[in-house]
Amino acid sequence: MITREPRYFPPPQDWRGQIGRQVLTTTRDAGRAMLLLAEAVWCIRHMMARRSRQEILKQMVAGGIKSLGVITVVATFTGMILALQTGIEMRRFGQEVYIGGAVMVSMLREMGPFMTGLILAASVGSAIAAQMGTMVVSEEIAALELMSINPVRFLVMPRLVAMAVMTPLLSFYSCIMGVVGGGVVGMTQLGVPWSAYIDNATRFAENKDLFVGMFKAFLFGIIIVITACHHGFGTTQGAVGVGNATRRTVILSFLAILIVGYFVTRLFYV
Amino acid sequence: MIRFENVTKFLGGRPVLNGVTFEVRKGETLVVVGPSGTGKSVTLKHMVRLMTPDEGRVMVGGEVISEAAGERLERLREKFGVLFQGGALLEWLTVGENVALPLREKTDLSEEEIEERVTVNLKLVGLEGDIDKYPSEISGGMRKRVGLARAIVCKPEIILYDEPTSGLDPVSSRTIDQLIDSMRNELGVTSVVVTHDLHSALSIGSRIAMLTGGRIAELAEPAAFVQSSQEEVKLFLESQFITRRGEWERNMP
Repeated sequence: MITREPRYFPPPQDWRGQIGRQVLTTTRDAGRAMLLLAEAVWCIRHMMARRSRQEILKQMVAGGIKSLGVITVVATFTGMILALQTGIEMRRFGQEVYIGGAVMVSMLREMGPFMTGLILAASVGSAIAAQMGTMVVSEEIAALELMSINPVRFLVMPRLVAMAVMTPLLSFYSCIMGVVGGGVVGMTQLGVPWSAYIDNATRFAENKDLFVGMFKAFLFGIIIVITACHHGFGTTQGAVGVGNATRRTVILSFLAILIVGYFVTRLFYV
Repeated sequence: MIRFENVTKFLGGRPVLNGVTFEVRKGETLVVVGPSGTGKSVTLKHMVRLMTPDEGRVMVGGEVISEAAGERLERLREKFGVLFQGGALLEWLTVGENVALPLREKTDLSEEEIEERVTVNLKLVGLEGDIDKYPSEISGGMRKRVGLARAIVCKPEIILYDEPTSGLDPVSSRTIDQLIDSMRNELGVTSVVVTHDLHSALSIGSRIAMLTGGRIAELAEPAAFVQSSQEEVKLFLESQFITRRGEWERNMP
């Protein structure tokens, strides 16, 4: 059941009690989020149903296509900054021709998925948390459960599938835009010809960089949806609760993206 | 049909229901009244196991719903249609799609059959012309009527109404009351209505239960209810300007 009764525990008496309460609450929240993920994955077997397919496509457009504009701007400028910063230093040694490789590898391995993850957490994650929270407050989730419609299958699964597909694609797109942005800076500011820039970029990057970056983005997509749905479903206290759920979703998604990103890099490159 | 046996429920550390025992009979309309914060909606939520009692049990049709889970709970919940306070309509679906939702998700009916059922039910609540509108385009009273059409579209045995007339003008309130009455007369369903509107309660209820201080202060037919000697009931009647003989008698079913 997604609809939960408010549980009451007497307030802790001292600081040890407060720490204990915090540890228990955090552990319980993490456990519930994992269970939500497991249930959503189990519901993927229904994804080919007509209504689910339509909803998945709708979420792909809402979460993915509508984020293209902001991702284009952020990724292009990220590539431009990377090229400028590394190019200025490398020019001191006469090696500015190598900025193509530096930008390409940085974008594929780290900056592409990382920037895409942050943008989607702030835009799509917060929107999902606010929507779920409002649905809890206006008793729409309770109504679904009473109609024996599983909210995880009806709401979470389509968003999970949509974001698991769209985040890697958007990450790849942001890498392309970053490399293009870096190339423009290389040509106009550092005097690196376009052909030399691209030649360098493709020589240094490996298939592994692309796949690890896409894998990271895939994980980020899942993290964003599960964090948003978990906090949205846990909303209490009306409009204030919706605001809190949205804020917590953005903060925790950012933290999880950073931490998971580090461990994936360590797993594949150390 | 529904039986509460010694149900106690604590919320925020204080008892909201305190050993409540009563029964809803098949085919009747039981109206639960009482001041705000006395556990009326909590009582309703126990009937469909959106809440679980801390003590005691709730039975539906001889089965203990307060301990049911999984498919058994789903099967028991299928007996119910619930009209929520704000209608609880999904905002991104049209009126027609909202009413069709349980049919599309739970039955194997063809699209033609679903459309027919939706039209019939919307006609019943007088909204057949608003099938393509979104919830944001209709009034509060209309939202409740759409919620009612959705609640009855799967032909439930029991309908629960949570504050069906709150926030509505007197004319819309009367329309909702008439709809609740017609549900019982035409469909023969058992109804439980939670409200603090005594005028409405007296005109639609087969019996009226008054909740106060976490217990049932009075449970009687309308005529006996207004004659109650309980102090809480007298106060509640007086607060809504209802005298022992009055206007309400003309509206009694």
